[in-house]
Amino acid sequence: MNERLIGLWAHLQTLPVFWLALTLGVFHLAGLLARRMRGFPLANPVGLSILTLSLLLTFTGTPYARYFAGGQWIHFLLAPATVALAVPLYQQKDRIRSLLTPLLLTLASGSLLAIAASVGIGWALGASPSSLLSLAPKSATAPVAMGIVEKLGGIPSLTAAVVILTGITGAVGAPWVLDRLAIREPAVRGFAMGLVSHGIGTARAFQESEQTGAFAGLGMGLNALMTAVLVPVLYRLLA
Amino acid sequence: MLTGFLQLLAFLLAGETLVYLLALPLPGAVVGMALLLAWLLWRGREPGENLGKAASSILQFLSLLFVPAGVGIILHLERLQREWPAILGSVLFATLISVGLTGLLLRALSNNEEAGHE
Repeated sequence: MNERLIGLWAHLQTLPVFWLALTLGVFHLAGLLARRMRGFPLANPVGLSILTLSLLLTFTGTPYARYFAGGQWIHFLLAPATVALAVPLYQQKDRIRSLLTPLLLTLASGSLLAIAASVGIGWALGASPSSLLSLAPKSATAPVAMGIVEKLGGIPSLTAAVVILTGITGAVGAPWVLDRLAIREPAVRGFAMGLVSHGIGTARAFQESEQTGAFAGLGMGLNALMTAVLVPVLYRLLA
Repeated sequence: MLTGFLQLLAFLLAGETLVYLLALPLPGAVVGMALLLAWLLWRGREPGENLGKAASSILQFLSLLFVPAGVGIILHLERLQREWPAILGSVLFATLISVGLTGLLLRALSNNEEAGHE
């Protein structure tokens, strides 16, 4: 019987659908847990899911590539989801038009600040040069940040990890920081969350309101463009 | 909803095409989002029911979509073990400082704008 069970595990873990189902299951449970622990700031479904799945892979000795054979079916949907952000943005078009100048000025300064603070703090705390390059575009959405770092000779998969950590930090910490600063305007909260913590911050912003989410999508989209321009320029100036 | 999802994929492919032809340093999805927004603005009316449904059902699960890439962190455990104070410090402090200052700046600028119009 025991041999049979070990055989079953050996079989199941080769199936992509096993890892796909496990990811959905873990995320579902993490969502339930986060809802139950509402008010406890570290209960973020994305963070809890990544932690749980990483521990499972480590303990079972499963290589990431085997996991990703199933995970890629979820990962693939990131691209059409990014395109879909145009819909809530369109619905906020009048509000965006009335705030256009402040939004663009904030974009330029906020994007530069996010890059400078990441590299500056990392450098002060003794990060290696290749880690610093991976930290620089961490406020941009994952595919953009990875593309930038790849072109400059950094480590794209480390960038992906750092970008997602940034997103979780923003999703968990940004509402708290904005509350402390008594910033209540949905447009301002959303734009700051999306600019600094991209899609994960945007997903969190949608929980506050449709308007907060739409402005987060705007901040994320614009900062993807801005970071793609700024990081290569700054790299050439500093390197 | 099927045609809505097809529309999203069509704009994604249009974005990928533009990135390839013009050698843009951007992902196709971000350009696809800009193209879809431009198209909606040019048409000047609410997105159709199919597109609206497809968009809201995929955005409802936005945070799930980051999980598989995030699990990739296990590829870098060794580096994290060596450099975790610097990497974690940079992620935490840079993110929170940037969110706060960005929010304060936008609020100050937008209050100014509104005051200027009155």
